[in-house]
Amino acid sequence: MGKILSFAMDFGSHAIKGGPKYKAWLLFLLFFILVGSYTAYRQLTEGLILVGATDQIPMELFFGNFIFTAHVAAAAILVVAPGYFYHRKDIKELAVIGEIIAMCFVATGITFILFHMGRPDKLWHMLPGIGLPNFPNSMLVYDTIVLNVYLFLNFAGVSYILYKKYVGEFDTKALARWFTPVIYLAIVWGPLIHICTAFVLSSNARMGEWATAVLPFGFLAMAGASGPSLVILLFLLIRKNTKLQINDSVIDLMATIIGWSLGIIMLVFAAEYFTALYSNTEHAASLNYSMFGHNGLNMYTPWFWGTVGSIVCCFVAILIPKIRKSYDLWLPVVCVVVFLAILVEKPMMLVFPAFSPSPHGEYTEYHPTLIEFFNVLFTWAIGFITLTLMVKGAVGILTGEVKYHKPAASE
Amino acid sequence: MSEKIIEIHIETDDVNESRRDFLKNVGIAGAATLVASPVSVEASADSANPDAETTVAELYQGHFVLMSDKDKKKAIERLEKRYTAKYGKNTTVSDAPPLEGVLFGYALDISKCIGCRRCVHACVQENNQSRDNPVIQWIQVMKIPKGNFSFSADKLNKGYPESSKVGDYGIQVGGNAYTPVGGLSTEEAQSYYSQDEMVPDKNYFYVPVQCQQCEKPPCVKACPVRATFRDPNGVVVIDYNWCIGCRMCQLACPYGARRFNWGEPNLPPEEMNPKTHYFGNRPRMRGVMEKCTFCVQRTREGRNPACLEACPVGARKFGNLLDPESDVRKILAAKKVFRFKEEMSTYPKFFYYIG
Repeated sequence: MGKILSFAMDFGSHAIKGGPKYKAWLLFLLFFILVGSYTAYRQLTEGLILVGATDQIPMELFFGNFIFTAHVAAAAILVVAPGYFYHRKDIKELAVIGEIIAMCFVATGITFILFHMGRPDKLWHMLPGIGLPNFPNSMLVYDTIVLNVYLFLNFAGVSYILYKKYVGEFDTKALARWFTPVIYLAIVWGPLIHICTAFVLSSNARMGEWATAVLPFGFLAMAGASGPSLVILLFLLIRKNTKLQINDSVIDLMATIIGWSLGIIMLVFAAEYFTALYSNTEHAASLNYSMFGHNGLNMYTPWFWGTVGSIVCCFVAILIPKIRKSYDLWLPVVCVVVFLAILVEKPMMLVFPAFSPSPHGEYTEYHPTLIEFFNVLFTWAIGFITLTLMVKGAVGILTGEVKYHKPAASE
Repeated sequence: MSEKIIEIHIETDDVNESRRDFLKNVGIAGAATLVASPVSVEASADSANPDAETTVAELYQGHFVLMSDKDKKKAIERLEKRYTAKYGKNTTVSDAPPLEGVLFGYALDISKCIGCRRCVHACVQENNQSRDNPVIQWIQVMKIPKGNFSFSADKLNKGYPESSKVGDYGIQVGGNAYTPVGGLSTEEAQSYYSQDEMVPDKNYFYVPVQCQQCEKPPCVKACPVRATFRDPNGVVVIDYNWCIGCRMCQLACPYGARRFNWGEPNLPPEEMNPKTHYFGNRPRMRGVMEKCTFCVQRTREGRNPACLEACPVGARKFGNLLDPESDVRKILAAKKVFRFKEEMSTYPKFFYYIG
């Protein structure tokens, strides 16, 4: 028990230690948490009327951001899998960071869903036993199950590895017996949270733009692009600011994954747009709306072309070895653009335009409110502050800076 | 301009005709099952704060269908007490059971509908919808131009490519070809025509849309907690207390029939209808879904829905689909009938016909 307590204490105190830039980053996030606490309170007491959603577009920014967090969370397996499946020594050490990303982003996604709910106080109705989950019909029930199991698997993995390394008992033999299967399960589970999230959307026959079989594939490809972008940025920061060694080979592997994924995204988009636009039937109505607008409503048009353009540009850019190898400048820039492009794609291309035309032929634009915007930032700030602290602590343990010392001397 | 706003006053006698017809079909058995447990306004005023008490008790209230009779009675009493105190009216919350051997069906004559939206307002009054911020209406009347919406005499036969060596049979590249996206019957529909507009406009026809009470409802399939379900009379209802507000049903509904209480509903006490049903028109709370129930509080007593009674031109017919002698079945046998968005395979029990 004493060991666990000192693990938590040492981990925590190392996580908040850092230079002025690190402190400034934490304070920056804290600002949004403070402002967000007020807006979150407003929304919880006054209801979703404070956000921009309407009966025509019932899904808000929270929902779009939730899909994105599922992308990044699932992509964390791309850090874990090479080490365990292909026995790559250079990346196996870093698997725990991938799992931390998965854990933090699933938790962020669940927070977004809490904001999305009309009655968060009644969520227990979904629990088996005391509630009444609509199994096996409702896709949201599947999604809830896979997300929570993924959260648990990664939490178990992260705490086990870090604790064992902390106390210096990280024994590969003991690992093989039960821990490796858990890791393998987490790797397989990653794509699952995606496929289920895609089915939550594509199971709605009336949403013409979503009722497509390529949706899960598009989601997986977007995960493969957005997740490693964050991983590269994180690894470059860790490498620059801490003693943890991260080889160029790891960064290159991630950059390769981003390149392939962007290629697959382009193929998926092309397949989708060709199928819709060649015959140009009612199924293309939403797509036409986001591409060209409708009777003067063209809010989504610049977002559509901007996102598609940046995906194509990033694909071309990352194919160029000079850019791929420019760890200090161009590679991070490409990663930031990819990350933001796919983040923006979710609400502005996937979710909002799909609701026009509505079942009654209405065309609508979505206008987020300030409160909604700050609640989104609030959730992201919580996600990133958790991620920062967890990664900081984990790096301390991986480099051996944080270690268990027998308390005998002090007591 | 020879048209005038058609002003027809609804006398209660007018309605009796259709009601008698309906009663014949479903029997009056339902009326006897009405549970009425009046709570006086004074009595409830004694208790400190019925609202707070109810809120706490409702936190762990189960799914209404699965509750024991004793718990149901308690829940109903709680609600009656709360509503009576809140609206200052002696409110009854019925939990009258579904009728035996009845499957409700609705038929609407689109050649008769004049787009006056009296059904919309009668529905709002009967069913205690939020009047303002959010405005909730269960019926939406679409105003659709007559004729074929993708036809344009100016563009006809235009936009063909120039003659070429291979002949004149090119693919059309302009003209009617790209405007609008074809296939959508609702493409040119307008649901927001002005309140003081003259109806009917002779260039348009009107299609009221409300919950179609599907035989295979996608909303019921999508609900993660079974808060919405199809009752034995074929009507899709919601346990408002069990709803978690995730809006998956709204996403699934191809008819846009579901309405969400985005904020605290605003129902002026003087306009509140105190005769309510648990699954029907009892006042709702913030953050839950609601929709047309064919006026479950009326139909389970053998009465007609409020929208039917309000219709000044008799475009609406309601009855028991299992009874071959009912209005609806007679229409299904004799008229040109269609269901809205049949390609969705939801099998609505709401039929549109041309009379």
